[in-house]
Amino acid sequence: MSKKKRPNPRPGFILEVDRQTPPILFHHGEGFRMEKLPVGRSRVIYPSEPLRGMDDPDAAIRRALLEPINDDPLPSLLRPDMKLTIAFDDISLPLPPMARPDVRQRILETVLDMVAEAGVDDVHIIAALALHRRMTEPELRHAVGDRVYEAFAPHGMLYNHDAEDPEGMVILGKTRHDEDVQMSKRAAESDLVIYVNINLVSMDGGWKSTATGLAGYQGVRVHHNVKTMRNSTSFMDQEKSELHTANWRQGEVIKNHGPRIFQIETTVNTNVFGHEGPLSMLQKREWEWSVRDRAAFTAMNAGLGRMTGPQKRKIFHSWKAPYELTSVQAGEVEAVHEKTTEMVYKQHLVPVVGQTDIVTMGLPYLSPYNVNSIMNPILVTVQGLGYFFNLYRGKPVVREGGVCIMSHPTPWEFHPVHHPSYIDFFEQVLADTTDPIEIERKYEKQFAEDEWYRHLYRTSHAYHGVHPFYMWYWAAHAMQYLGQVIIVGGEPSAVRRLGFRPASTLQDALEMAEDTVGPRPTITHLHNPPILMADVS
Amino acid sequence: MSEQETGQGTVAQRLAGKRIAITGSTGFLGTALVERLIRSVPDCDLVLLVRPGKRSTPTERARREIFRNDAFGRHLENLGKEEFWASIERRVQVIAGDVGTDGLGLDEDGRAILASCDIVVHSAATVSFDAPIDGAVEVNLLGPTRIAETLQGLGVAPHLVAVSTCYVAGNRRGNAPEQLLTDSPFHIDVGWRDEVTAARRVRDDFDAESRTVHRLEEFRSRARHELGAAGTPLLAAKTEQIRHRWVSEQLVEAGRARAASLGWPDSYAYTKALGERALVESKGSIPVSIVRPSIIESAWAEPHPGWIKGFRMAEPIIISYARGLLKEFPGVPEGVVDVIPVDLVVAAIVKVAARGPLGDGTNTDITQVASGTRNPLHYRRLVELVSSWFAEHPLYDQKGQPIAVPEWSFPGRGAVERQLDRAQKNLALADRTLKLLPLRGKQAMINAGVEEKKELVERASGYVKIYGAYAECEALYGVACLLDLESEIQGDAADRFDCDPGVVDWDHYVQQIHLPTVVDHARVKTTGERSDPDARIRRLRSRVLAPERQLAAFDLENTIIASNVVFSYAWLASRNLNPRDRVRFTLKTLGEAPALLALDQRDRTDFLRHFYRRYEGASVEEMNRLGPELLADHILTKAFPAALRRVREHRRLGHRTVLITGALNIVVDPLGPLFDDVICAEMSVRDGRYTGELLAVPPTGEVRAQALRDYADAHGFDLAETVAYADSSSDLPLLEAAGFPVAINPETRLASIAIKRGWLIEYWSKAGGGTDKMLPLGALPSPRKSRK
Repeated sequence: MSKKKRPNPRPGFILEVDRQTPPILFHHGEGFRMEKLPVGRSRVIYPSEPLRGMDDPDAAIRRALLEPINDDPLPSLLRPDMKLTIAFDDISLPLPPMARPDVRQRILETVLDMVAEAGVDDVHIIAALALHRRMTEPELRHAVGDRVYEAFAPHGMLYNHDAEDPEGMVILGKTRHDEDVQMSKRAAESDLVIYVNINLVSMDGGWKSTATGLAGYQGVRVHHNVKTMRNSTSFMDQEKSELHTANWRQGEVIKNHGPRIFQIETTVNTNVFGHEGPLSMLQKREWEWSVRDRAAFTAMNAGLGRMTGPQKRKIFHSWKAPYELTSVQAGEVEAVHEKTTEMVYKQHLVPVVGQTDIVTMGLPYLSPYNVNSIMNPILVTVQGLGYFFNLYRGKPVVREGGVCIMSHPTPWEFHPVHHPSYIDFFEQVLADTTDPIEIERKYEKQFAEDEWYRHLYRTSHAYHGVHPFYMWYWAAHAMQYLGQVIIVGGEPSAVRRLGFRPASTLQDALEMAEDTVGPRPTITHLHNPPILMADVS
Repeated sequence: MSEQETGQGTVAQRLAGKRIAITGSTGFLGTALVERLIRSVPDCDLVLLVRPGKRSTPTERARREIFRNDAFGRHLENLGKEEFWASIERRVQVIAGDVGTDGLGLDEDGRAILASCDIVVHSAATVSFDAPIDGAVEVNLLGPTRIAETLQGLGVAPHLVAVSTCYVAGNRRGNAPEQLLTDSPFHIDVGWRDEVTAARRVRDDFDAESRTVHRLEEFRSRARHELGAAGTPLLAAKTEQIRHRWVSEQLVEAGRARAASLGWPDSYAYTKALGERALVESKGSIPVSIVRPSIIESAWAEPHPGWIKGFRMAEPIIISYARGLLKEFPGVPEGVVDVIPVDLVVAAIVKVAARGPLGDGTNTDITQVASGTRNPLHYRRLVELVSSWFAEHPLYDQKGQPIAVPEWSFPGRGAVERQLDRAQKNLALADRTLKLLPLRGKQAMINAGVEEKKELVERASGYVKIYGAYAECEALYGVACLLDLESEIQGDAADRFDCDPGVVDWDHYVQQIHLPTVVDHARVKTTGERSDPDARIRRLRSRVLAPERQLAAFDLENTIIASNVVFSYAWLASRNLNPRDRVRFTLKTLGEAPALLALDQRDRTDFLRHFYRRYEGASVEEMNRLGPELLADHILTKAFPAALRRVREHRRLGHRTVLITGALNIVVDPLGPLFDDVICAEMSVRDGRYTGELLAVPPTGEVRAQALRDYADAHGFDLAETVAYADSSSDLPLLEAAGFPVAINPETRLASIAIKRGWLIEYWSKAGGGTDKMLPLGALPSPRKSRK
């Protein structure tokens, strides 16, 4: 079906579960569960259907560059003798990776045409990964396209950001709260920095792109800490996010003392699984599944049942989402980001009335930090209690002291190359304590300054030594707010190490939850992914 | 000495003013004797003949092994610490001497002191029932004669009280009165001098045989079986150790066979019997009394009930029974077990000394100290007492469950021995089979368990062999002289010096005195409290990670990463191959695997040299470029995260860390930043390409231990403060060189060695979630091509 013939996308929907409600789809790692929710006291929040994509993305990009918001057209900013740095969002965006051509490739090709036309020679293209892992060659090729890769990478002009390069980082200054602002030296010394962003959720983009993406431990720790995260309710809501405010404070310093920033932001719709194809039923509402959808789903589940963990992982991670561009805007950071946020909210927000005792969520195989990798127990935590829990505006879907039930196999598995410090965090730190404050105080410095992790971050493809701490802080707000966390179908030893309780079925989990919230609790299920953000009143 | 001086009165009065020399004072009986004389005969002086220890003087030995023994607790309490040591100082003289050498190894002072003694009590003996024959002959057979000859040489004739054993009477049924062996109707006339010559020759014979080609080959193969490819020096040391052990075993067997052929239960009784005969022959004018105790066990009353020194004959049997290991023990249920508490024997010796020689001293008098005729303890009763006591006070197994004691059916010795032999054979087979399998880590522990069982069965079987004869012995030892002694010579109110076996209440003795002592001494689990199984590991780990350690040395393969030189090579070599060539490469490498493996097991160094030839012509630049990728794609995926963590824990504690491996620098370099230093095999380079030849002998086996020593020397580290981590018995030299060896996922041989020596064993595994390929191959050359 071409998008012309598709009916207008419907907004998000709240289903009150009654006797006619079919079993509801729960994502469950590299698999799925179909769960019956209790009748009369459960509701399911469905995301809005994918917004229509732009008809001609390349033209839209060109137009955005030539008619920027609060800034001069890009070609007028380019001079032949200038030092130009182009930074782009790394592998953590979007999720899952999008089908070729990636938005970043489209933008870079357009930008680089203009750059070539202006005769700029000194151009560096940097994957702004902050403390994330370095991208591999295939991943870089996927993001920027083969043409750009082959023109720049062999000459050392396209590379991964290195926040631990002792020669490569500078401090731009201090914020009015006396916080460091750190940036890649190459970017800081450039006449112009063009930032290419993909804004998947409302916490992305804006000053966070440059203030965090091109910074190192010294700059990031300003807001990546327990206090900031507990004061962000939620970090997805810019109005009430201390994380957002801190980044904006750093942005002021960049604006005054740093390089000129030309921000290009994009938004994509929620077409994660495709309107057609093998996974399309995953973004439909269960009672609207066709016979073919049901058959395909049953066949898929049967197939998955016969596969080993690594086989399933390989299949799921090869999925590229057929995302469509819904907006692109360029120019001055804050003005651009305002427009971007508007588009993100338009796609994600679903109005919800009132809180419930229990929130349930089916966690998929993917988080921002395990693209082409393993979703280890810490990433399970951050996906549920960090991302899904915080996808709210106003107040959380679940009441304070309520219970969060997540569904994920949570195996005691780690990617040894991507997550070496996670392994030690899990086996050493969490064996000692799960209290974020205690962990921050006792262990953060040791991991952040560990020479071996530093070596692996710089030369291999490892997340920075401190990264698992940030994951734990990400969940700190939820951990403080919730009365209990239960993981359905999780490996018991791993779940207990996280400080949560394992349950083998959803029914068991609901009964266990009653110990905390009392009998006949009300339940809300987040039917995510595709992403939704609950606007709770 | 004259009749007058010995005079009348109590034991203490009779021995007042006497100077008494004692041999064997560090032994069980000797210590009890010294204690009794010090405490209960206040006016006598003692001269102790003590053999110098390996690292201690006779005086130090006496202080440590005699006077610090808990036997003296009572006396120490009475006198107070200061007065106690002052009285020891005043009354006791220690002289260096050894009854195993002619002239007793005395210096001039020693000879003068010995010459001044009024009484000599000779209680030194090799009491082990399975001592090598030559050693037993030197001490037991020749010892008494040497004393007599030395005294004659000094021109003195003190009263010599020689301690022997009832079992000199040999394996026989019926009465065995207190008479000289030559007076016995069952006497077999063998010349003791011939026996001495033969015993000395038999050592030379077996020593010669142990050096024959086929024996040496056998020892070498046993060493190799035990240690694996541990390198020449260690194997050589082990082989020599096995040879010594073999010679010693042959001598034990020879002793047992010779004793049996002449009608004695073992070489102890045999050498003691001939020792008595030799003494009688060579005593000259010296008045001699012989005291023959039966099986000496813990004290009835003096110095306190249950006092015992060392782990004696019956104890291991009792403990093995209580632990359920000894399912049967041979014996005649209605037979008599002739046990005698040590204090009764001591009292008899003291009374013999106080009484003086019988008659004019030309005839040797004999006193037997045994319970069998006067107050018999029947074997069935003993077993009942032991089993009912353990039913009430069971020992506990590792899991904290009480162990049920087996019920004995009193089978013949043959049946028990056959049963144990069968078990021994089965376990030996299991042990051999398991050692051939390439097991590692926790699986390898199964073998260690089998080995432990094997040792237990071997021990049980040993007890049956050695002690079975005693349980079956039906001789009844007459004690007429002993009873005379009891009535003639009186003790006093402080110490009655009871030596009448009739005083012993066996039920009380076995259940209230002896068994509690035995269990206490054996340090076995007597409560169901579960011991924390990880406590030991935690303790060992905290020692390994103590700040005062200085250096930590790591092996690479299977210690840090689950990989080997073949895998690393496969990854590097396949990195630039197209898919079709990869298949061909994989098949070829797998085809060669068995031959490579065999070479590796024979000699690691040869294997590495042979294998590294494959790198000939590889570009240095290309290899350097692939380094980081090798780390990410191959090394880290195969690494044990716990190992990487441990290295850094050592560094954080300020220990120096060094990787010592036979792997190539090409492969090891990416791991370099993890360690302070790396010692590995290095290949020479010509025109920017590797030659396939090593610059030096690769650090494997003993070379690795040497590398560690050199490294420690060069940097001023103490090997005793060094931790070494490795996984296989070929790393044994490295592990042994360090003060704190740690076995990582040990293969079977190392697992059993590590358990025996109490080393820390760690099980480290790869991060979960990875895939295992038969041969790890590098990524395809161009991602773009692979996509199309």
